[in-house]
Amino acid sequence: MENKEDNKTGTNRRNFLKLGLLSGVSAVAGLSIASNSEEEATVSGEKVRVLTPDGKMVEVDAESLNKYPEAHITPAESRKGIPNRKFVMVIDLAKCKNARKCVESCQKAHKLDYNEEFMKVQLIQDNEEGSPYWFPKPCFHCDEPPCVTVCPTGATFKRDDGIVLVDNDRCIGCKFCITSCPYSARQFNWGHKDKFEDKSQPYSPETSVPAAEGTVMKCDFCPDMLRQGKLPHCAQSCPMGVIYFGDKNEDIVTNGEETVRFSELIKNRGGYRHLEHLGTKPNVYYLPAVNRQFPLERGFDVDEDIIERYKDVPYVQELKKNGEI
Amino acid sequence: MDLEIRKRELVKEFSPMLKKSTKTSKIWMVFLIAVILVGIIAFILQAVKGHEVTGMRDNVVWGIYIINFIFFVCLSYSGAFISGILHFFKTPWKNSVMRIVEIITVLSLIIGPIFILLCIGRLDRLHYLFIYPRIQSPITWDIIAIITDLIGCFIYLYLTFIPDFAILRDNSKKAPAWKQKLYKKLAIGYYDTPTQREKLHKITRTMSAMIIALAIIAYSVLAWIFSLTLQPGWNSSIFAPYFIVAGLYSGVGVIIIAMYLIRKFYHLEHYIRKVHFIGAGVILLVISLLFGYFTFSEYFSRWFSHKTHDVNLLNTLFNRYFWMFIFANYIGVLIPIVILFFKKLRTIKSITFAALIAVLGLWFNRYLIVVPTLETPYLPIQDSRSEFIHYSATWIEWALSFAGVAAFILFFILLMRLVPIIPMSGIIDNEREQQKKTKQITQNQK
Repeated sequence: MENKEDNKTGTNRRNFLKLGLLSGVSAVAGLSIASNSEEEATVSGEKVRVLTPDGKMVEVDAESLNKYPEAHITPAESRKGIPNRKFVMVIDLAKCKNARKCVESCQKAHKLDYNEEFMKVQLIQDNEEGSPYWFPKPCFHCDEPPCVTVCPTGATFKRDDGIVLVDNDRCIGCKFCITSCPYSARQFNWGHKDKFEDKSQPYSPETSVPAAEGTVMKCDFCPDMLRQGKLPHCAQSCPMGVIYFGDKNEDIVTNGEETVRFSELIKNRGGYRHLEHLGTKPNVYYLPAVNRQFPLERGFDVDEDIIERYKDVPYVQELKKNGEI
Repeated sequence: MDLEIRKRELVKEFSPMLKKSTKTSKIWMVFLIAVILVGIIAFILQAVKGHEVTGMRDNVVWGIYIINFIFFVCLSYSGAFISGILHFFKTPWKNSVMRIVEIITVLSLIIGPIFILLCIGRLDRLHYLFIYPRIQSPITWDIIAIITDLIGCFIYLYLTFIPDFAILRDNSKKAPAWKQKLYKKLAIGYYDTPTQREKLHKITRTMSAMIIALAIIAYSVLAWIFSLTLQPGWNSSIFAPYFIVAGLYSGVGVIIIAMYLIRKFYHLEHYIRKVHFIGAGVILLVISLLFGYFTFSEYFSRWFSHKTHDVNLLNTLFNRYFWMFIFANYIGVLIPIVILFFKKLRTIKSITFAALIAVLGLWFNRYLIVVPTLETPYLPIQDSRSEFIHYSATWIEWALSFAGVAAFILFFILLMRLVPIIPMSGIIDNEREQQKKTKQITQNQK
């Protein structure tokens, strides 16, 4: 009974959303929050201030805010993007100690299995002299995305707000996007899994849940969170504040603790993009691993089979030989 | 009117090929059907359990399916290319190989795309390619190119069949009724009158020119699926011509093998002679030199400029794939060159052996283009599970691959039942030409 009611309000909200888009009211999130508070009888009295995706500060009831994730963005709606935004991520390599909280929270939010990772933490050594560093790697949401160009059905697409998404309702599973991505950011659902059957949450490319057999999936920058004015799961969960996320148009990025000017951060800290020479123009920037806060070895405090992944890195082989890990 | 008699003679001569099968051919058919059945079982397993049953995983997402796809499609293109060119030459010996080439062209073009379908995760959504087409995608170009090529090749094959259908219609009174009806329908009122002959000849000529162009375009597009990406082993400007040369290499090889087998099983020593083998062998020699040159240029520039990611790829090739690399790119090129270069070594058997080596080598060459590149991405693969690092095909993939080869041979045998493998109309045409010549000579003498 309760479920039924939930569904009902869900569709109502969707209708509101559609109405909002049609009438040209750009405050998508704001509108749905408003609709929420209209419907809900319970009011906690506690007010929360949130930033809507179009930059307005809105004060809403805390109760209605929690209900928001139920608002469903259909595959068609998800192609539009959040107006006037240009999302960027900055990853500060100096702070990363392979705590893997970004990976875990991402897996939890996207209902991924242990070995399915949208965010991967790799151990990279740029050259023989250079010291290795932990390298968290999400999808780079390129401005010239090779995956989008090669897709024969438009199942993967680039939105106005810079996010590259996969619509697994449209994907035919040709895997051309996987072979064309130079960053190995994409994964394929090779076999059937029970979680694909879980229809409690309607599919949206913005959440990538539920995944579908025979289709491609990847990091989506969590647009469902962004619509609520929240940070993506990886940025939110990082205990070190490694991952900054923000809007290039507003020139602001935040890791949840400090909010900084994006341009200044990149200028002052020598920000760069990985494999810049490929010309894909990523929207994920890296700050070089200088003046590190943790020794690299701290990152080996993880599962045995995760350490095993890095066995081919010469530095790790050396550490193992010396019995340090 | 002795040509009419000659036609009857030819039908009589070839009719054993069209009639009931011998014991060996029956055994062969049963064997081929069994292989295809195993393939069908493998396909059902894959359809039910998903692509998990293949050896493909997140890094190596394309395996031997796509290799077979390129291989068969390249056979087809080279067949189209060669038969198109043969059509322009007025050599009497081309007649015996024409139909073999044409059948290879069409059959491989039917089998090839089936392999790409095996590689697609959601076959139930295949129609999305037409509902939501994106013309920017090289896959869409490829679909357009293959469909155009398939239609073009079918028309061309049919055109070359018409005169033979007419001969068979007029001369197979003893054949079963359904076959007579079929011949009558397929001959579409062709009675070999001079105007009809002239017209058909013109159309076939135009089609053969178009088919050469189509083959070049279609195979270039196929090469672009790889070379338009940023991957170290694929992003190469010579890939399109390289693929065309490689296609010709395997195409000529398969034609030689087919010639050998058909000659042996159907006792056509009178029609398929040593001169054909030597002719095809010399062509194979030229193409193997070209192919070796392209292969060398491709790897030499990568090795010499030694960009980091190219070096990583070469490391993979020369460690894990050392013997395959040696076989595909050294033995597969040098042995055919040595055999075909020396006149003394050119016997029917040795030429066929050279062709076999060439075809096998080329298949492995394709393997080395597809798999090691995917195993050596820009960012190192750091995953604990071995199948995520290395690809090896499962029995399902092999079963389907062999089923494809078996289907190719089976269809070949069935098509040879319908129409003689040696075009009768070609023999008649040649004899007519000769008659004309002798007539002219006698007239001149008068």
